Amino acid sequence: MIKVEHIAKKYGKVEALQDISFEVEAGEIYGIIGPDGAGKTTLFRILTTLILADKGNACLNGWDVRKDYRLIRNNIGYMPGRFSLYQDLSVEENLQFFASIFKTRIETNYHLIKDIYQQLAPFKKRRAGALSGGMKQKLALCCALIHKPLILFLDEPTTGVDPVSRKELWDLLKQLKAEGITLVVSTSYMDEAGRCDRIALMLKGHFLSVDTPQNIVNHYTDDLWAVSSCNMSKLLTDLKNYPAMKSCYAFGDVHHISLQQQATAYTTSQQALQTYLENLHHNELSIRKIEASIEDCFMELAARSSLENKKPKQYV
Amino acid sequence: MYTNRFSTFLSFVRKECYHIFRDRWTTIILLIMPVLMIILFGFAISTEVKNAHIVVLDPSQDAATHAIVNKLATSEYFTIDRYVYDLKEIDALFKKDKIGMCIVFSERFYENMMHSGDAHIQLIADGSDPNYAYTLTQYATALISTYQQENLFQNIKLPYQIQTDIKMLYNPTLKGAYNTVPGVLGMVLMLICAMMTSISIAREKEMGNMEILLVSPLKPITIILSKTVPYIILSFINFATILLLSVFALKVPIAGSLGLIILISCIFIFVSLALGLLISTLVNTQMVAMLISGVVLMFPVILLSGMIFPVESMGVFFQWLAKILPANWYIAAIRKVMIQGLGITSVVKEIIVLLSMAVVLIAVSIKKFKVRIE
Repeated sequence: MIKVEHIAKKYGKVEALQDISFEVEAGEIYGIIGPDGAGKTTLFRILTTLILADKGNACLNGWDVRKDYRLIRNNIGYMPGRFSLYQDLSVEENLQFFASIFKTRIETNYHLIKDIYQQLAPFKKRRAGALSGGMKQKLALCCALIHKPLILFLDEPTTGVDPVSRKELWDLLKQLKAEGITLVVSTSYMDEAGRCDRIALMLKGHFLSVDTPQNIVNHYTDDLWAVSSCNMSKLLTDLKNYPAMKSCYAFGDVHHISLQQQATAYTTSQQALQTYLENLHHNELSIRKIEASIEDCFMELAARSSLENKKPKQYV
Repeated sequence: MYTNRFSTFLSFVRKECYHIFRDRWTTIILLIMPVLMIILFGFAISTEVKNAHIVVLDPSQDAATHAIVNKLATSEYFTIDRYVYDLKEIDALFKKDKIGMCIVFSERFYENMMHSGDAHIQLIADGSDPNYAYTLTQYATALISTYQQENLFQNIKLPYQIQTDIKMLYNPTLKGAYNTVPGVLGMVLMLICAMMTSISIAREKEMGNMEILLVSPLKPITIILSKTVPYIILSFINFATILLLSVFALKVPIAGSLGLIILISCIFIFVSLALGLLISTLVNTQMVAMLISGVVLMFPVILLSGMIFPVESMGVFFQWLAKILPANWYIAAIRKVMIQGLGITSVVKEIIVLLSMAVVLIAVSIKKFKVRIE
């Protein structure tokens, strides 16, 4: 459905996108996951024909983003990351307006937005600017869906949205997939990755890895531990000083660590680490082995990619 | 298909009207400001002199000086504040900013005038405001010379006399409003069409709405048309308001054909809209749009249109600058038709200039309208 080949884009000296290629199958939920500034929005704008790439090609349903932008614009839906509806128009007026510019009526595709619009209905006379974050996004989604697009682009739809509404939004995306709509969703929340059929992990303008969320997790080969104690900030410093430490970062209310494989068997054992930390007077110490999450994979891939990027520089 | 596109257009226009009428300040700017402007420029900010306070120093106190003072006092330009008896008092009065001018008669005025012909009147005005001082002394001189003609030459038969009869055509009473109305028309139409259009399009960009509008089946021309139509309608409302106010409140009659005035105004509205569109293609925020339309469009119109300062007395550069301002051509044409009552043949040049500006600007701004966001 979407075919992207060697897309690159520069803003001045900043390389927003570097040689990106990927394909999206019809009817899948494709997640683009990465922190702020990874280039997600730039990529979305290129695919939605809003800006032109410096290099490379992209086709949506066989239409070229450069030449056939009219056709693409008639057939896709786009929900920008920033709330872009009219704040001084009411919920109902916004929806009416977007239905009319897409040459359709609210009733025609009402089944698509029914579940979500029913939640908005009590506020339909309220100005969009006065809605809560979650409600705004739901309305924006309704407006982007009103013409039943072939492909729907959602740029960070869940940013600034409460956990309940986030779940509702993702449930809705699943329903849309069942309707045959192809979805490209970006997010900076790694825990949402599991909701996608396939994900691309993105950092500093390039893709680190593209696969199903499960495969990405399966590819994580290191042993991973969650460590906690009563003094978490001191714990992080002490962990970083541990000789066999490979990576170590705060993750929620614990620290995730992985140890160097090539170190001696003793130092990589849980027992050794425990003794090391107890000697440093850590109380209520807990070390347990855990399954890697997408975020752990992302951290690992990011670290590996920054190592690779540094290498050539040393020879220059 | 046609009806479908038309209904899209209509709902876009409806949305635009919501924007205008839901923002209190926009509504005020669009509907109240033209009225305020015509009142301000018509009544308050007037370059003509009315009821200036003057003092008289009259050591003679004879028939001639009384007659002259009387003549000044009965004119609408001057009000006699008081008589003073010492020149020293005058200085204090000027410093207190109480008076505009002082009239000092020489001693034994009537006698000297009749016999030696050596009667003097000194006019003292406050030179710190040169325009005002100049106007006052001009008016006073004119009144004094009228007195001279009326009274002196009746008695003495002079072999030759030259009398200057000044007649102010089209505006016999020299009312400032005659100059103001075309100027305010030009200013308001420019403000509403150019400034408001450019701001409203810049707003779509600034708020991110343009992204969604572009990623939709809307054609750029539909976006442009539906953004401008509400402002065209508002311009006509304002145009009508200003004309009505000027005829009934400022008593400036429409001497020429109303149809011709409307035609010229239509062309000018298109020129202004195109300018607004052009500005909006260049900027991305409302603030910049407002600054550019304010600085590039409004100030020159106020300063270079001859509304306040005569362009003829400006340097060559500014005269050229004045020539490229669409508003000046419009104001000139409206002056000719509305005040002088001239027909279409006398404004052909203005109409052609405005038309070509409209065509060029509309073409450029449609071409420059970006179908992408960079």
